Amino acid sequence: MTSHPNYSRHTKYFKHGDSYIVLAARAMLRHRAGMIGLTITIFLVVVAVLAPMLAPHNEFEMIDGARFKPPSVTFPMGTDEFGRDIFSRILIGSRISLGVGLGAVAIAASIGVIVGLLAGLFGGWLDILTMRFFDALLAFPAILLSIIMLAVMGPGPVTVILAVAIVNIPAFARLTRANTLAEKEREYVHAASAIGAPPLRIAFRHVLPNVLSTVLVQITVSIASAVLLEASLSFLGLGTPPPAPSWGAMLSVGRAFLPMAPWYGIFPGLAITVFVMGFYLLGDGLRDALDPYRQKRKNVS
Amino acid sequence: MGRYIQRRLLQMIPVLFIVSAVIFLVVRLIPGDPARVIAGPNATPEQIDVLVRQFGLDKPIWQQYLIWLQNMLQGNMGYSYINDYPVNDLILQRIPATFELAFVAAMIAVVIAFPLGVLAALRPGSMIDLISTLFAALSFSIPGFWLALMFILVFSLALHWLPPSGRPDLTEQPVEHFKSLIMPALTLGIALAAKLARYLRSSVLEVLSRDHVRTARGKGLPERIVLTRHVIRNALMPVVTILGLQTGDLLSGSIIVESVFAWPGIGRLTVQAIGWRDYSLLQADVLYIVLTFMVINLVTDLSYAAIDPRIRFE
Repeated sequence: MTSHPNYSRHTKYFKHGDSYIVLAARAMLRHRAGMIGLTITIFLVVVAVLAPMLAPHNEFEMIDGARFKPPSVTFPMGTDEFGRDIFSRILIGSRISLGVGLGAVAIAASIGVIVGLLAGLFGGWLDILTMRFFDALLAFPAILLSIIMLAVMGPGPVTVILAVAIVNIPAFARLTRANTLAEKEREYVHAASAIGAPPLRIAFRHVLPNVLSTVLVQITVSIASAVLLEASLSFLGLGTPPPAPSWGAMLSVGRAFLPMAPWYGIFPGLAITVFVMGFYLLGDGLRDALDPYRQKRKNVS
Repeated sequence: MGRYIQRRLLQMIPVLFIVSAVIFLVVRLIPGDPARVIAGPNATPEQIDVLVRQFGLDKPIWQQYLIWLQNMLQGNMGYSYINDYPVNDLILQRIPATFELAFVAAMIAVVIAFPLGVLAALRPGSMIDLISTLFAALSFSIPGFWLALMFILVFSLALHWLPPSGRPDLTEQPVEHFKSLIMPALTLGIALAAKLARYLRSSVLEVLSRDHVRTARGKGLPERIVLTRHVIRNALMPVVTILGLQTGDLLSGSIIVESVFAWPGIGRLTVQAIGWRDYSLLQADVLYIVLTFMVINLVTDLSYAAIDPRIRFE
């Protein structure tokens, strides 16, 4: 990354020659909550990738005579109403959560960043039109918007990703636009434009790298809320349809069996919590680490 | 002030028109023919045809919209496709439940967040600061519907203290009514409390570092007076914004929480209307929620003036 943030106003805090990446990495390593988040996140990604190998049973296998077995050595998290191993289903389910989280945020971030960048840099009708449109999107409560989108598009893995993505676009667009407006007035942009760089080159080669660090923080936080939203939608029966082992869908069924099989209602929720917490803490750490000024200011106060 | 309110209300009108058109269109895109759903599986094509005509579904979509808009402006939100009740009545019936829930949840949030946020700010790095940080991380990460399930598991199924769902009548069974209110309100309130506490903490920290606080201490005011009169009053301002903005979150949270606890409010009605394919109910209901959202934002803006006399709207 060729990013050179604004050191000039607080040069005294930094040793000469430290690059932004080195500084950020050092700050990140010192950030306790951030490192916990990073550990959880890496762990979850590894689990999701290796899930089929780690799972003791097939996630759809209905084991004879094993309905509603409480947690034991064979079934670490018990079994469900069809005698399927809940632990295996949760492991495989991490792929749904991670897939929806990454997919939805990738779409939302790409659209949001490009629109925000262009709107901020060029202004005019493009700016007014897109921002009013996102204002209108924000007038709807997030979950209501994705419920309606899902009702229109029907349930399914792809539609869930799209419904969750739409909700997340405005945040990226507004964030990028605000940062672009600030960057636009900086010397390097004037310099680039003075030597005749075309506007799109300025946008993507010069401004974009400088707004990416805040986008990165927004990405981790958005993944956390995207996973929560997918779980909520599946819980309402509108998201990932059964028999796919989506954590939200498992809770939706498990809820009916709460009196006889409490483990069915406990473990999928625990998985969601750990997953979301990992990305939330990672975002927290990145926010502090990528903004050295904020880091110092925090220590002073 | 009066003129400012007037202008803000006028500005809401075009937005409402756009939103109403969007809602109307999107609702029409939901697959499934309501006439067919209502007529039942054994209906003849003629019977379905009668229903289509009755609901005006055979007209072009822009005509349907204009008819709906005209009726709405006259205060007639239409009739439910399912049971022919006026949509107005169906929504009005559900409003008290949602507002009661949101209000009590907000109260719970304030009661938890206020001491937690202020104490965390006064002693940064202390135990209470750590607890408030942990509380914030947990309440963000725990899905509301799962927290609700865990409450039911503990307080209804294990301890038998509270009913797992429903909303008994306030006048006939007041005690039962409040018992059923506790768990939904806690579920919603805790999530809000954590956010509020974080904002309050950073707001108090910021005010503490201002000059006028140093002056107040310098002239020998007791710390209690410094805090109440000079710090907290000033720190409240941004927190009111957050509380206002989060009331919107309360409304969307109520969609989930009301569904889990079978709380007969607007949120549950929305989910039900989608399941029933009740177009007329759904579009009025969504419009109502968006309108509430916008009014809350307006009230939030106006409440600045009440807290900060320096702000005057022109």
